[in-house]
Amino acid sequence: MLGLSKKDTSFLLVVIFLTLATPILLQPFPEESALAQFNAGYPDLMQRFAIYGIFAIGFNILFGLTGYLSFGHAAFLGVGSYSVVWMYKLLNYNVLPGLLLAIIMSALFALLIGYISLRRSGIYFSILTLAFAQMSFNLAYSVLTPLTNGETGLQVYTDDPQVLMAAGSPTSPHFFGIVMNESTKIEVGGWQFTFNNGYYFCAIIAVIAFYLSLRIFRSPFGTMLRAIKTNQTRMNYTGLNPRPYTLAAFVISGMYAGLAGGLLASMDPLAGAERMQWTASGEVVLMTILGGAGTLMGPVLGAAFIKYFENIFSKINDNILHTWFSALPDGLEDAVVFVFHPFIGKGWSLTLGLLFMMVVIFLPGGLIEGGTRIKNLITGKNRKSKQLDKDATHHPKPTAHVN
Amino acid sequence: MDAFILQILNGLDKGSAYALIALGLTLIFGTLGVVNFAHGALFMLGSFCAVTLQRILTLSYTIEDPSQKDFLGNPLKVDTPYLVSWFGDSTGHAIIEWSVPLAILFAIPVMLLVGYVMERGLIKHFYKRPHADQILVTFGLAIVIQEIIKYFYGANPIPTPAPDMFKGSLDFGIMIGYAKNTIIYPYWRLIYFMFSAVIITAVFAFLRFTTFGMVVRAGMADRETVGLLGINIDKRFTIMFGIAAAVAGLAGVMYAPINSPNYHMGMDFLVLSFVVVVVGGMGSLPGAVLAGFLLGILESFASMNEVKSVIPGIDQIIIYLVAIIILLTRPRGLMGRKGVMEE
Repeated sequence: MLGLSKKDTSFLLVVIFLTLATPILLQPFPEESALAQFNAGYPDLMQRFAIYGIFAIGFNILFGLTGYLSFGHAAFLGVGSYSVVWMYKLLNYNVLPGLLLAIIMSALFALLIGYISLRRSGIYFSILTLAFAQMSFNLAYSVLTPLTNGETGLQVYTDDPQVLMAAGSPTSPHFFGIVMNESTKIEVGGWQFTFNNGYYFCAIIAVIAFYLSLRIFRSPFGTMLRAIKTNQTRMNYTGLNPRPYTLAAFVISGMYAGLAGGLLASMDPLAGAERMQWTASGEVVLMTILGGAGTLMGPVLGAAFIKYFENIFSKINDNILHTWFSALPDGLEDAVVFVFHPFIGKGWSLTLGLLFMMVVIFLPGGLIEGGTRIKNLITGKNRKSKQLDKDATHHPKPTAHVN
Repeated sequence: MDAFILQILNGLDKGSAYALIALGLTLIFGTLGVVNFAHGALFMLGSFCAVTLQRILTLSYTIEDPSQKDFLGNPLKVDTPYLVSWFGDSTGHAIIEWSVPLAILFAIPVMLLVGYVMERGLIKHFYKRPHADQILVTFGLAIVIQEIIKYFYGANPIPTPAPDMFKGSLDFGIMIGYAKNTIIYPYWRLIYFMFSAVIITAVFAFLRFTTFGMVVRAGMADRETVGLLGINIDKRFTIMFGIAAAVAGLAGVMYAPINSPNYHMGMDFLVLSFVVVVVGGMGSLPGAVLAGFLLGILESFASMNEVKSVIPGIDQIIIYLVAIIILLTRPRGLMGRKGVMEE
């Protein structure tokens, strides 16, 4: 189906099912139960899953396939957001023109940055992209204020032209009348499921984005990108110029980032320069690595993992910890809570940093590799993996062109 | 002309910080071949060494002073630092006031230890891994260090004043024949510049004139051969990592009065110092120092109003712009050796 092999088709179908059923699947605990705080089925969070999923999928096309580590992808996220808000200001609240503009603008932007940055590789490439992103961030904060509204952030004001705004059109982001922040709530027993328009809009785009990345992974183009990661020198010797391929990958991943940024502004009609800061670029790097760079599902998993636990960890406080460990003797309970205290609430970044280090040190393949290892452990498929290891000694190790 | 001199002076202190951090980064890269994204965090740790020492020195006990009354008529509670009660009023307060310079002594062992532990505990395992992995793991470490500091010291900048003696400014203009108050330069910035010059000279002298430094330089040139000669080069490189950490830490300690330490100052400086290292030439120590001062001065020139009115926003991007131009036209940087990480 759709030009995919049988295995990929069923994979895609599973992904589609999971995406569409997310509002139900992420709401496993009844509303009244003590575990309800672990539910993630509310619109804001689910939208972020889908949007950052798109961002990470795009980043993975660049980093996972070609091995070029960009530290500047947040610039495209910001460009996308600004484009969408500008379309709100000029036309009306329909998100479609904005998203198209976001993709086009970020593609142009990525073409420019990529054309220059890809002249170098390895650490130099990382620093060049970082320099460009920081430049955009600094400019958005200072000189480009007429375009970006500086520190306040870009938003829609009542005196904006909005030329296409008719009398009856919605006054918040919508897609041909489907208003993003409207949701349908359904109560089943103790459970409450929220089906949000905005989430489904993002989810459908995310599935399309995922399908495209699947096609890229399986295409000759994708193979070429992997060849660049494995051994660029050898590729040069075969007479192939890697530059157009890496540039194409860079532009595609920039477009994904722009789309994600546009969607962020579609859910909430605001755009601020802090979206372009390099910490935001770092976040997508974390997501991709944590999930598993170079795998199809890894980046999405990583994005969902980070966004989910960011949300949960920020909600947990000492009182909740005390109720959890109330079975322990008093002194021990206090000690356990004391130990966990730095990692919860505002300490989420600390937990994330530690987790990320652990993954880079022990599980370079990310959560996906972890899952595979556990699966092999259970099913006893060690023989196969050993054979793979032996095979690896005859092939050069993939490096990220930094040597 | 006076504005010109003033901008050079203004660029010097920031340039000194860039140069010191970049020097440490280059030392690590040149010896161990590791791209250390946690180096900014080490700079930040240095600043917080100053904060910590200041807090230790001002540890106080509360006494009720019956001779003074508060507005309710109760005896006033007075916090007295232990130091004041031990050494007497003037000596005690003088020690507290000098906490930043004293923190140098405190920071050196702490930072050497931090560097040593970091190298032995983490970086060691990443020599054989690709540079991308090194970047990622040190990036993670930087986040962790930053968050630990945030947990203990909070998110707000902590003012750490310099001793009163250096509070004023030097009227540099008078000394070279300009009118009064045309070129004034704060004492502490002058001291920071001189301090960094001393540190940089010391590092170079250490590498140039000691046997240890000679072995390290030989190891930088050809690690394997030095190893084959029966020298434990790894151990020396570990010590160099500690020294690099200490250099970054000292840069941080002395920077504390200029810029109140906050937990994310490391990241802010890190990005710029990487740019500095790349401009100077990866693996070139003189290049790092030169580029540090050069970019610091360039940045301060770009923030002149005359320049900003011609090219708006140039002050925000000048460093990155220079880096991009250098990387594209002269890949090995200003003073990089041929063949070191040119691709």
